[in-house]
Amino acid sequence: MNFTDLVFYFFAAMLVLAGLGVISARNPVHSALFLVLSFFSCSALWLLLHAEFLAITLVLVYVGAVMVLFLFVVMMLNINLAQMRQGFVRYLPIGALIALVMVAQMVWIVGPVGPDVFQGEQLNQAVQQGADYSNTRELGKVLYTEYVFPFEVAAVILLVAIVAAIALTMRRREMTKYQTPGKQVKVRKADRLRVVQMDAESNE
Amino acid sequence: MIGLSSYLTLGAILFSISIAGIFLNRKNVVVLLMCIELMLLAANINFVAFSHYLNDISGQVFVFFILTVAAAEAAIGLAILVTLFRNRNTIDVDQLDAMKG
Repeated sequence: MNFTDLVFYFFAAMLVLAGLGVISARNPVHSALFLVLSFFSCSALWLLLHAEFLAITLVLVYVGAVMVLFLFVVMMLNINLAQMRQGFVRYLPIGALIALVMVAQMVWIVGPVGPDVFQGEQLNQAVQQGADYSNTRELGKVLYTEYVFPFEVAAVILLVAIVAAIALTMRRREMTKYQTPGKQVKVRKADRLRVVQMDAESNE
Repeated sequence: MIGLSSYLTLGAILFSISIAGIFLNRKNVVVLLMCIELMLLAANINFVAFSHYLNDISGQVFVFFILTVAAAEAAIGLAILVTLFRNRNTIDVDQLDAMKG
């Protein structure tokens, strides 16, 4: 067992433990923090697979943006924790059973035991690239030529998500007083000022 | 020896964990969304592993798009959740029966 295997097993174990933490933590804040840990472990595994750009993107976009959004929402909602845990024990046997059956089936197909479908020669063409190989450059070359239309569609999807998120959560309070600059600019002297002519009062 | 099947096994385990999480956390929509994120991560591990072991960079482009769509999904999901909590004062899935589904 060389050093790379050791690193893989370490981060894989951390990923699985963090995943178990996400689904079993009592407090949703702890779940979110476990999810951050699992993203970090997964990013390290992607570095092992020479996907440097995606590993950094995972940390920057997911840990930096999406998980912060999750934490904001979890802390903003006033959740009754005891009520949230109802049914956890009741669904534990069926959930664990289905998960175990699924993992047994999938590992039987893809794993080292069972039929050897993913260990053939043509499925192991991994090339150890030299130090001058840039994963980001190669990804960009493909992304901006072959996949340029899906790339534009992804940008539109993000724009729609921004508009939808703002439109869903924005609300105007009726009680709030706010200024309308257009009306303020358009106002004339006659609208605001009235000069009253009246006789001077005598002092008698 | 670490090969393609090791990464695929890891992805399968992670996917099953998040399936179990959806069964267990029936009350809490926030944790359900987190389980969906975990599922997408398991799929992404498979994509990156295949991309590396088949020496084809298109798999990483797909991971890029999955990350984009997952970020959009998380943003809209959480926005819906905030609106829901504002209107109903709960995020319990069992009590969200206004549409009599």
